[in-house]
Amino acid sequence: MTARVYVSPKKTVLDPQGQTIRAALQGRGYASVGNVRQGKVFEVEVSGDPAQARKDLEEIARTILANPVIEEYRVEWPEN
Amino acid sequence: MWQTCSYWSSMKFGVVVFPGSNCDHDAWYATSRNLGQEAEFIWHDSSSVGDVDCVIVPGGFSYGDYLRCGAIAKFSPVMQAVKKYAADGGLVAGFCNGFQILTESGLLPGALLMNKGVKYICRPVGLATATANSPFTNQLKAGEVVTYPIAHGEGLYYADGRTLDMLEAEDRIAFRYTDNPNGSLRNIAGILSEGRNVLGMMPHPERASDPLMGCTDGLKLFQSIVAHHSASLTTTK
Repeated sequence: MTARVYVSPKKTVLDPQGQTIRAALQGRGYASVGNVRQGKVFEVEVSGDPAQARKDLEEIARTILANPVIEEYRVEWPEN
Repeated sequence: MWQTCSYWSSMKFGVVVFPGSNCDHDAWYATSRNLGQEAEFIWHDSSSVGDVDCVIVPGGFSYGDYLRCGAIAKFSPVMQAVKKYAADGGLVAGFCNGFQILTESGLLPGALLMNKGVKYICRPVGLATATANSPFTNQLKAGEVVTYPIAHGEGLYYADGRTLDMLEAEDRIAFRYTDNPNGSLRNIAGILSEGRNVLGMMPHPERASDPLMGCTDGLKLFQSIVAHHSASLTTTK
């Protein structure tokens, strides 16, 4: 089973990359584009007891994959 | 081979070496050859920092800067030893990637974000000494401007407003940029821990410690550490 962890900069934190992308898109004439924020996605394969896997991945996301000072995260599990 | 022992030396520096460190030899050279103290390297999988009097967490790209700058280094055995050393009051100084590792490890508050201009910057910058009241800045005067090089892509110091207010109220800002190159909040270039025994800063004093490099302002920071250490020996005797 593969779960996804989405990590993105907090809304209150400056995101220079997102701002640069936004400026480029608007420069290309995409008037519909507003704010852009750049984050990252981790695809993590897990196995074994599903409850334990969920607990583990939640902890991994909170303590390792995201830095809670500047980032927020969301763990997404496949629907079955 | 890498140890020096000079008759005038009074303290020993330990320079941590991670896979991807690239300022470790600069830090060793600055503290041993330029400063005239003992210096040795501490390998990243060491579970102890040994009998050193000050630990330097050097610049570079520890573990390839993977995940986030400093995020993997914080799990290394040596960083567990450094955390314990700092908790016991030991002196720890992190420069550049070393600062990023210290924030990731929780030894210093805040985080370092990508530069505001989304560009790697490598040049000398002016720094105003924000406090002379620390083991790392006691040979400087408050307000004194020094020139150290910066060389980073992720050096924008960020912390929430409450943390920034606390750092200012507790006189824990060590250096501010005189002409902010990277968008750091409140022009912060370096900060101190609550106990004032841990310093993190993006600029490189070790690269400004040899006359051949055109500037020796960095030596004042290292001389401050020696002065602090000598004073602490006097008071404990």
